[in-house]
Amino acid sequence: MSEKFDVIVVGAGPAGISCAYELAKAGVNVLLIERGEYPGSKNVMGGVLYRKMMEDVIPDFWKEAPLERPIVEQRFMMMDKESAVTFGYKGMEWGQEPYNNFTVLRAKFDQWFAGKAVEQGALLVNETVVLECIVENGKVVGVRTDRPDGDLYADVVVLADGVNSLLAKSLGFHKEFRPDEVALATMEIIKLDKKTIEDRFNLEENQGTTIELFGDATKGILGTGFLYTNKDTLSLGVGSLLSGLIKHKIKPYELLEYVKNHPMIRPYIAGGEPVEYLAHMIPEGGYKSMPKVAGNGVLVVGDAAQLVNAIHREGSNLAMKSGQFAAEAVLLAKEREDYSEATLNHYKTRLMSSFVGQDMKKYKDSTHHFDKFPQYFDKYIPMMNKAMSQMFTVDGASKWEKQKKIWRDVGTAGEKLKLARDAYRAWKVMK
Amino acid sequence: MLHIVACIKQVPDTKIIKMNPKTNTMDRASAPAILNPYDAHAVEEAVRLKKRYGGTVSVLTMGPPPAVKAIKKCIEIGADEGYMISDRAFAGADTLATSYALTKAIEKISKIKPVDLIICGKMTIDGDTGQVGPGIARRLDMPPLTSVNKVKEINVEEGYAVVHRKLEDGYEVIQSTMPCLMSVEKEINEVPYSSMANMLKAARYQPIIWAVADLEDVERTQLGLKGSPTIVSKVWAPTKPRGGTMLEGEAAQQTEKLLNILLEKKELFSVKGGDKS
Repeated sequence: MSEKFDVIVVGAGPAGISCAYELAKAGVNVLLIERGEYPGSKNVMGGVLYRKMMEDVIPDFWKEAPLERPIVEQRFMMMDKESAVTFGYKGMEWGQEPYNNFTVLRAKFDQWFAGKAVEQGALLVNETVVLECIVENGKVVGVRTDRPDGDLYADVVVLADGVNSLLAKSLGFHKEFRPDEVALATMEIIKLDKKTIEDRFNLEENQGTTIELFGDATKGILGTGFLYTNKDTLSLGVGSLLSGLIKHKIKPYELLEYVKNHPMIRPYIAGGEPVEYLAHMIPEGGYKSMPKVAGNGVLVVGDAAQLVNAIHREGSNLAMKSGQFAAEAVLLAKEREDYSEATLNHYKTRLMSSFVGQDMKKYKDSTHHFDKFPQYFDKYIPMMNKAMSQMFTVDGASKWEKQKKIWRDVGTAGEKLKLARDAYRAWKVMK
Repeated sequence: MLHIVACIKQVPDTKIIKMNPKTNTMDRASAPAILNPYDAHAVEEAVRLKKRYGGTVSVLTMGPPPAVKAIKKCIEIGADEGYMISDRAFAGADTLATSYALTKAIEKISKIKPVDLIICGKMTIDGDTGQVGPGIARRLDMPPLTSVNKVKEINVEEGYAVVHRKLEDGYEVIQSTMPCLMSVEKEINEVPYSSMANMLKAARYQPIIWAVADLEDVERTQLGLKGSPTIVSKVWAPTKPRGGTMLEGEAAQQTEKLLNILLEKKELFSVKGGDKS
């Protein structure tokens, strides 16, 4: 005796929860299945939650959600071995309602968010793994779980099972991802006194900073690091494309240890106690790696659909938006009583015409470009550091002389041409 | 029809809990709240007895609102109904006050449906006393059967139960009148992976929650901190043993050295009433 639902959502992350929330709110009988002990227990991100897309799901969420700090400053550090060129922006408009974005700890936040979906009427079952989709006559009609008598049926199954979506893969929606399509990020949550954090990052109470790390943070391998302020912890992490880690034979935790001991980072975390260690894959293949996202009786959302904008470190917001669009498509299909791919493809249309699809397209070549041409990270960032050092070291040489020297240090005429070409190429993939 | 009440508690997972070195108290926020593992076996045994003899299984807990999660866990295992008593007045209860409050709740449950058997876990992993079960039995004037590791037979019509009680060097078989209270060892059963039907039932389930005012004939002085004569004078984290001897050399040499050390200390390994050869 298997139960049938209107919709089964597999995976309680930002995409799955948003989708379940919207559907439950519309009165749809929706089951949300999570493999972890509770939503968030297995979910990882650096920790930036974007206000706009979250607000689209739950207005004024910041009044009750477990958030860490509203971000008032975003810094970027272009790191060399013993130096860094830093730029950024700090603005008080980000420190007040409606805010721009927040740092969050996913274990807390996702649990709260899923609770809101349950309040709307979604049914949540934890500690249950979905093994496969049940397919009948070319149509997904349910899921097979690892529970005894664990088959469940639904008109639509929404796959929000994360980066390595085995379910979408088993449906043939994508192939096994290549090492240059996924990044591996490792991070630590480091406990520090609240006051110490505020002093070190020049913050007032209830203000936060994010610092994105480029260059030597990942030993010049394509990737980024991050250092975010939470209430009484810091989130410090690094992520690199798997292909880069393999090529340079570096283990992910070695990279994290390296950045923890980097002279530009060490003082921020000094005296802190690591309280959590997390690691997760990030889909960074971009637009070209996106799987098929709609089929007969099935939709794919969030990381499972590779919806990550690596350049802007956005993911959870794209996930939420995709969850909402998926819910919209389901409601349309329900109205038409037609759950075929043709109707559910409404999701894809909405997704691709929104900022999600547009941004995915805009940066479709970026990861691939920077992966193909490592000089941006391992050559130009150190060059930039050296130039700054020369320019601002007062040693009696005139500024003209200094500029000449900097230009000379770029290398031969050929290398100068290459720099110009690379700058143009970078502009082209980012424009 | 057999009506079993299983008493359960939500506890911090003491396997991973941290102690606050300054105050010597458990930092409860450092560990997730779980269903006391012994209680999971108590509920599982109740569910098995229900399958064997027919009947219903109710679970009962006292705790703050989040303890609903522990009741849901019991529904996943297969319990039919969940009762929770939750009130500020219960806060700070020791085992005496806890057994009093639970007894009052069981009396109320009995009015809905007479109770034939109460099952508790051997003890909780946060208090480690094992006193609440026998306390309830005493208050309800029921035989307390502690350390039960097997329920051999239950006969509701004739009103008796036969169980195995775990002893240090074996077990004893005893027969008791019913209603009675059992507190069970974890060896009594294995809690299986819950079925999908139970998971869905638990996800939808809302327990019956009573405040003090919902219970009858309650003497408020016996509740919570007021009703708790126990004074915990000191709690501390045991220091980790230091020292030890490192044995050097090849594996064979190390083995020989280790054997010699163990032979010297053979009194550590003598077994009471064991093999004399």
